[in-house]
Amino acid sequence: MALLEVSNLTMHYTTRVGDVMAVDSVDFTLERGRALGLVGESGCGKTSIAMTILKLLPENARILGGQIRFDGVDLVPLSEDQMRKYRWDHISMVFQAAMNSLNPVYTVGDQILEAIQHHMPMKERVARKRIAELFNLVGLDPAVMDQYPHEYSGGMKQRAVIAMALSCDPSIIIADEPTTALDVIVQDRILKQIDKIREELNMGMIYISHDIAVIAEVSDRIGVMYAGKMVEFADTHTIFKSPVHPYTYALMSTFPSVKGDKRELVELPGEPPNLIEPPLGCRFHPRCPRATAVCQEQEPVFTEVTNEHFCACWNQRS
Amino acid sequence: MNNTTVEVVDLKKLFPMAGGLFSRKVRYIHAVEDLSFKIQEGETLGLVGESGCGKTTTGKLLVKLIPPTGGHIYFNGSDVATIEGGALLREYRRKVQMIFQDPYESMNPRKTVYDIIAEPLVVQKVGNIVERETMVAEMLSGVGIVPPDTFMFRYPHELSGGQRQRVAIARAMVINPSFLVADEPTSMLDVSVRTGVMKLMLQLRKEFNLAVLYITHDLAVARYMCDRLAVMYLGRMVELGETEEVLQNPLHPYTKALISAIPIPDPTFTREAIPIKGGVSKPVDPHPRCRFYDRCPVATDGCEKLEHPPLEDKGSGHYVACYEV
Repeated sequence: MALLEVSNLTMHYTTRVGDVMAVDSVDFTLERGRALGLVGESGCGKTSIAMTILKLLPENARILGGQIRFDGVDLVPLSEDQMRKYRWDHISMVFQAAMNSLNPVYTVGDQILEAIQHHMPMKERVARKRIAELFNLVGLDPAVMDQYPHEYSGGMKQRAVIAMALSCDPSIIIADEPTTALDVIVQDRILKQIDKIREELNMGMIYISHDIAVIAEVSDRIGVMYAGKMVEFADTHTIFKSPVHPYTYALMSTFPSVKGDKRELVELPGEPPNLIEPPLGCRFHPRCPRATAVCQEQEPVFTEVTNEHFCACWNQRS
Repeated sequence: MNNTTVEVVDLKKLFPMAGGLFSRKVRYIHAVEDLSFKIQEGETLGLVGESGCGKTTTGKLLVKLIPPTGGHIYFNGSDVATIEGGALLREYRRKVQMIFQDPYESMNPRKTVYDIIAEPLVVQKVGNIVERETMVAEMLSGVGIVPPDTFMFRYPHELSGGQRQRVAIARAMVINPSFLVADEPTSMLDVSVRTGVMKLMLQLRKEFNLAVLYITHDLAVARYMCDRLAVMYLGRMVELGETEEVLQNPLHPYTKALISAIPIPDPTFTREAIPIKGGVSKPVDPHPRCRFYDRCPVATDGCEKLEHPPLEDKGSGHYVACYEV
């Protein structure tokens, strides 16, 4: 059984002008010790999926259907109190721009201490020992524990936030753009560190990023999102070498690389749709080079193309 | 025949740091030092490096948003670095334009697209109101915002990020500049929209025979946009050369480490790991030796004693500032 099984998940935000269909019938699974990458452009629903899994949603959000099974238990019907047992203890998250979310008036150690004591009552001395272990794990000198966030560099803050996410020994970590604000050299180090920790602790990871190069390096499997839908899901190699969805293909051919042949970048016409009134049929059809009449009328079904390779498209590439 | 549009010689910018109340000694951040380069007509020079390396300061110095501490900026032969008014400055302001990183913050939300694009024309007193409207309309279709009539009187909030950046490009291009400073023009855009804006910039460069200074932290984008690359580290240029040459055959240890850290969108590609020590610091009254000394994996005793190395030609226009190459 998979550690996390998301099936048919649908979540909308209610607004004055109509419902924003942020996550629509999304399916995926994550096994222990594996890394899943969710990739897509801004507004495609990547972060919304993460927030829905943790049920950290604003008041206007509604989970309209589907299941989020963690270790066999469906999290969707759980109350806020019951959910709290799962959050952080079992599933934790490194938020986007989390390094700016550290409180400037407390030392970094105290902030992690607070998180630990909230979930696992323990003496301060024991907790501090635990923090020192966590700091070593993420590559920080435990001596900086009693410093304030402004004394940290960007990379150090990001490491501290990862230490905080690891503090209660979760079995899944969701990392939402964990390195987006960092320079490449620091990004490289942090990604390597996270990868090492995942292997050591045998955790499940969900990486969320718009950067397919980062996703390529850290994930075993990749889910490509477009306009609130998952359009393709397969192992990393298949997504890069033989994508069948035209959007995945376009995303790959529009992404520049410093190495390899300098191939012509493909320009995708138009812009991602407004999710209050997404296009009928396939949401990608107005921009799709392979679109036919059926794409404008009927929504494609997310089905298995070959073993463990899923796609939602009427006119798949072969 | 190539003509040099801009030549920068020994450009320098120090920012004083506010000292304590009773502190007499003023400390300086050496944001840009000993920077020299040329950009030819129709050429794009990429200025790359990590945050805090002085890329944006260089861009601001070149458009004269801030005054330099020292050095020269020759534009079509005349030094504009220190001029503070008069016809020459006016001419320079007209011929040099800038595109900023964030299309959400670089436009006045109370002005329409027409007002935004026509503003440089009004300031420079180009044409009358009827002519301006035609020029703005032509420019809008030139940057792919069609039909111009439907967009001309919209406000920035009604446009998407990609459209806004196209409007910013139109604003820069409408008075027919010969030199463009583009500071991370595509880093806020999504990938599927980014390629379109990149292609637009390449096309305009060709059409107007523009000299472009392209500032970016993204070397993969720079590979497509720039003819030559200048790599900066803590205010100093450490490497300069043809784009492919610098990317595929970097010589400076910093450039090597930087390029080896860039993730490659290909799961079968294994990157060579070139670890370097520590992190980027701030160049506050830095030691005169090589700026990269503390982090350099190949530094020797010589590097400790000598001054920051000068840029040297290692053949076919590939310059490196390192004693150990």
